[in-house]
Amino acid sequence: MTDQTTDTRMDATRPRASAAHKSSGLLGLTGKDLGLFIIVALLTILAPFILNPFPEGSALAQFNGGYPDLMQRFVIFGIFAIGFNILFGLTGYLSFGHAAFLGVGSYAAIWMMKLLTLNVIPAIIMSIVFAGIFALIVGYISLRRSGIYFSILTLAFAQMSYALAYSVLTPITGGETGLQLKATDTPLLSNLGPTEIGRANFFGVDMRASYEMAIGDWLFTFNAGYYIAAVFMLLSFYLAIRLFRSPFGMMLRAVKSNQQRMNYTGLNSRPYTLAAFVISGMYAGLAGGLMVAMDTQVGPERMFWTASGEVVLMTILGGAGTLIGPVLGAGMIKYMENIVSKINDGILHQWFAFMPDGIEDFLVFVIHPFIGKGWHLTLGLLFMLVVIFLPGGLVEGGQRIASVFRRKETKTSTVEKSAAEQQQHSE
Amino acid sequence: MGILEVKNVGKRFGGLQALGDVNLSVKENTCHAIIGPNGAGKSTLLNCLIGKLIPDTGSVMFDGQSVLGRKPHEINQMGISRVFQTPEIFGDLSVFENVMIPCFAKRDGSFRMHAYESCDAETDIIAKAEAMLDEVNMLEKRNVVASSLSRGDKRRLEMAMCLSQKPKLLLLDEPTAGMARADTNNTIDLLKTIKAKGELTMCIIEHDMHVVFSLADRITVLAQGTPLVEDTPENIKGHPKVREAYLGEAEV
Repeated sequence: MTDQTTDTRMDATRPRASAAHKSSGLLGLTGKDLGLFIIVALLTILAPFILNPFPEGSALAQFNGGYPDLMQRFVIFGIFAIGFNILFGLTGYLSFGHAAFLGVGSYAAIWMMKLLTLNVIPAIIMSIVFAGIFALIVGYISLRRSGIYFSILTLAFAQMSYALAYSVLTPITGGETGLQLKATDTPLLSNLGPTEIGRANFFGVDMRASYEMAIGDWLFTFNAGYYIAAVFMLLSFYLAIRLFRSPFGMMLRAVKSNQQRMNYTGLNSRPYTLAAFVISGMYAGLAGGLMVAMDTQVGPERMFWTASGEVVLMTILGGAGTLIGPVLGAGMIKYMENIVSKINDGILHQWFAFMPDGIEDFLVFVIHPFIGKGWHLTLGLLFMLVVIFLPGGLVEGGQRIASVFRRKETKTSTVEKSAAEQQQHSE
Repeated sequence: MGILEVKNVGKRFGGLQALGDVNLSVKENTCHAIIGPNGAGKSTLLNCLIGKLIPDTGSVMFDGQSVLGRKPHEINQMGISRVFQTPEIFGDLSVFENVMIPCFAKRDGSFRMHAYESCDAETDIIAKAEAMLDEVNMLEKRNVVASSLSRGDKRRLEMAMCLSQKPKLLLLDEPTAGMARADTNNTIDLLKTIKAKGELTMCIIEHDMHVVFSLADRITVLAQGTPLVEDTPENIKGHPKVREAYLGEAEV
């Protein structure tokens, strides 16, 4: 009996010890994390193909998401959601004002482009720095409270920022119209003609430059801006994985689990939450900077509370606290925003043209509220379904499907095994 | 001079005098039990020691330094750990992570920004946590989510968490309440082994007299917020005042 228990104990120790020895791995990632990172990297690199599965001119072509503007949104909002998840997913502090950091990052970036250089890198660095400083101030004050009071404080900060950008700070923010690059801008380090409007570039590569590849009826677009944003997204994702697996990440999960015990264990939870808040603010700033790098404009609506709410939706829809969830959620919402909203009654009539007239009209009438401008309704329903049936988000959905398959496999294997045993017995 | 010196501590909640005038001196490497009927102020006293409550009057000195006015995490870093009446553990985390966290707190202090290192590479912490879990016989449950443990296991885990910090003073608030007899005996054995090493001072609140008399070197009886008597277990057993106030007339 005692022998048995020591045996299991040894077994329990072994895999951990061997994992510790192998931990150098590739890029410091091991096992599942490395696999996940490689999959995400492949998907982002091949996105122009994957998102354009339907040939041009076909009826389904409007479901193609592989155009630069949308692909850029996918990765930029992916970064925003990854950062938000570091705060919300790990520590459980629900910030309702993260769009403020996105906005601050955007304003910092556009000013760098107006004043210093049209190269996007200094703009992006400044957007991270400014968002980080702003997050430090907001976080220092807001983190004095937790739960709903924390959420309300961050919301108040974000709405104040919005109001300031909209009116009082008009000289800096351009007020209602926002800021964009103009012919009168003369960045120090860029040689522009007298009436030339600057274009964002990456060491000379125009962010809007695209290479189009036609294979048969298919058209694939490879956009410089998208790939630069994608590199930043992969870098952000990589750093997020490292953070999740680090002692720091463990402490953040401890904050969410039992802050009281944490304090009585000799750990000061305040600097941990503040650090998480600032890091996620910097992620938001990076996203804001990248947005400016893509379209060289910014307006105060970027800080409006609905924008803060959107990143909350993305994170919960995808799966808060999971690595890949926020990226999935961001992709899902941006896809619906851009694709479902494009579908109109004319397209519906085309789809249902094969049906008798009465039924066709009826179907279009039923589906009408859910498409076009009604895409919010579809999103709302989807969100409700996910929260009610899959509290762990789309990631939990994926896990459930995977476990169903695994169960089937083990079932068949056990059946085979017992069958084999019976055969042996009969022999 | 003991490692813990409580002098004239009083605490009042509105009209209720929870602690009157408590004096307590705990000598290093001994086990001091505090017993008393419900509402005697035992838990209030413990809360005053770990910074959860601040007493209205008096002083609490630990290892020559005042505890009062310090934050809970600072007091823990001074060397005081506490096992709570209802287990306070990290329910969402695995058993192993629960023990790793106090090991980190012991090594790195109250805050360290180690966001880029991997937990798997912290071999010294892993070894420490493994040894600790082995000591409380929970190594085979290392990957279990802590909230799904039985109540007895939760208490054992919390004790392991506290012990892994190698505290100078361990405060135990009814460590065996609601435990089965076998678990209670296991806990007593565990605490006895730790006590035998002679590196740890213990302060224990307990209703189970079996636990108290098997562990304690000295006993303080608290009644209505004031210490009634302080003596060795042998003398407490026969003390008429104690019998009257707490133990009742029944045989012990």
